[in-house]
Amino acid sequence: MYEGVVQNLIDELGLLPGVGPKSAQRIAFHLLAADPADVKRLAHALLEVKEKVRFCRVCGNVAAEEECRICRDQRRDPQVICVVEEPKDVVAIERTREFRGRYHVLGGAISPIDGVGPDDLKIRELMVRLADGQVTELILATDPNLEGEATATYLARLVKPLGLKVTRLASGLPVGGDLEYADEVTLGRAFEGRRLLDV
Amino acid sequence: MRWSGRKALVRGPRGRRPPGGPYDDGVSLYRDEGVVLRTQKLGEADRIITLLTRRTGKVRGVAKGVRRTKSRFGARLEPFSHVDLQLHGGRSLDVITQVETLHPYGGAIVADYPRYTAGTAMLETADRLTVGEKEPALRQFLLLVGGLRTLAEGGHEARLVLDAFFLRSLAVAGYAPALAECARCGAEAARAFAIVAGGVVCGACRPPGAAVPAAETIALMIALLRGDWAAADASEPRHRTECSGLVAAYLQWHLEHGIRSLRHVEREWPGAPEARAPGAFPWSGRSHDAGPGAAGGRPGDAEPAPDPHVFRT
Ligand SMILES: [Zn+2]
Ligand SMILES: [Zn+2]
Repeated sequence: MYEGVVQNLIDELGLLPGVGPKSAQRIAFHLLAADPADVKRLAHALLEVKEKVRFCRVCGNVAAEEECRICRDQRRDPQVICVVEEPKDVVAIERTREFRGRYHVLGGAISPIDGVGPDDLKIRELMVRLADGQVTELILATDPNLEGEATATYLARLVKPLGLKVTRLASGLPVGGDLEYADEVTLGRAFEGRRLLDV
Repeated sequence: MRWSGRKALVRGPRGRRPPGGPYDDGVSLYRDEGVVLRTQKLGEADRIITLLTRRTGKVRGVAKGVRRTKSRFGARLEPFSHVDLQLHGGRSLDVITQVETLHPYGGAIVADYPRYTAGTAMLETADRLTVGEKEPALRQFLLLVGGLRTLAEGGHEARLVLDAFFLRSLAVAGYAPALAECARCGAEAARAFAIVAGGVVCGACRPPGAAVPAAETIALMIALLRGDWAAADASEPRHRTECSGLVAAYLQWHLEHGIRSLRHVEREWPGAPEARAPGAFPWSGRSHDAGPGAAGGRPGDAEPAPDPHVFRT
């Protein structure tokens, strides 16, 4: 335990994801020893991100304006929407340069045990976007874990009456690994997501 | 009546205490089979896995590196998985060293939304009912495995399976509701259901505010408690809804806090609309009068004995 303000900082840092008590202490003492100008810049960046960054009113992605960069881009295919859990997933998919459609960020996954149900995610907003019939394909790119699968199941059922093409990102074997080391669940999912080899 | 300080209640028959428990020196390995109840992130790449095991009871173990793509654990330690595992006893948390899948129930459960929500409520309830760690709870474990298997097989409506699980979990813990005779005096002509009294009550013992469910609803509860699936599957939607409301209210009254995932449980009728039916839980005394002649119903003669193998049909 340290003097009030120092302990305060350690406690706050310790709340950040992936920061344990040891790391929180290390960061706190690093900041104590750092140049005041550097610390000011960090504090400013923290405040600025909360003031200036908001969420796109169309897709829920982080945005500097009313709508995000992708939603404003007329070259992006408006017929395909890729549904993801978090804005960081948009970044990950954008890095692949494979996808030219639009996104919809749910803000998480359905997890009843954590009290998160469908109403707590941006699912209603998604249904509004699908209402005008312009979208023809929905790609469900929620995480390949239990909550992500459940969320995909829920969405697939929900949009079924709309008659869209609904696809799920293939998940399964990590590239570069040996088949014999794959666990049964992963191997099972890879079987489900198998594709036709057209040679 | 409430379950506070109820550690002893769900303790199964006392087996040999496996090595690696809190009384061990903290360096031994032990092996058990268990169902993953929940997982929590820990640090950068680890998770704390909470399992209900066959011999050891509830165990919390660290799975190191499980969140990395190339983890040797892969997806074996996701909720609903029934696994065979080896743990290394630690001072505060044990460390999971090896895992083999026995039954990956998660895949079949997650492929159907009502099944997923019912299954989640099962896991949460099993977690809440086994209060102490490393206190053997064999019957609760068998119930959970049986319930998940039944859910995964998809032969019965998910909510019915959940209600059967709730009723039998209460029975295992010594809180089976009285369904055949008045919970207070034992009289046979019992029609009202009073949670505070512990089940059905007769006219003389009936406290104010007791619900008056349909006789078919009570019969359904008896069928679920006994594992009489033929009768349960033949029940009507309105009686199922009423049964779920009573069972949920009864369960939550016996727990200190509500079951969080319960309000997200969906039920799907054959040919029901896709959308959820909010307010499906008649918590607050929504009572049906079953009409003349329904009194006495057909509640079974003997108090059903809790049988953890009820799901094995
Ligand atoms: Zn946008
Ligand atoms: Zn009585």
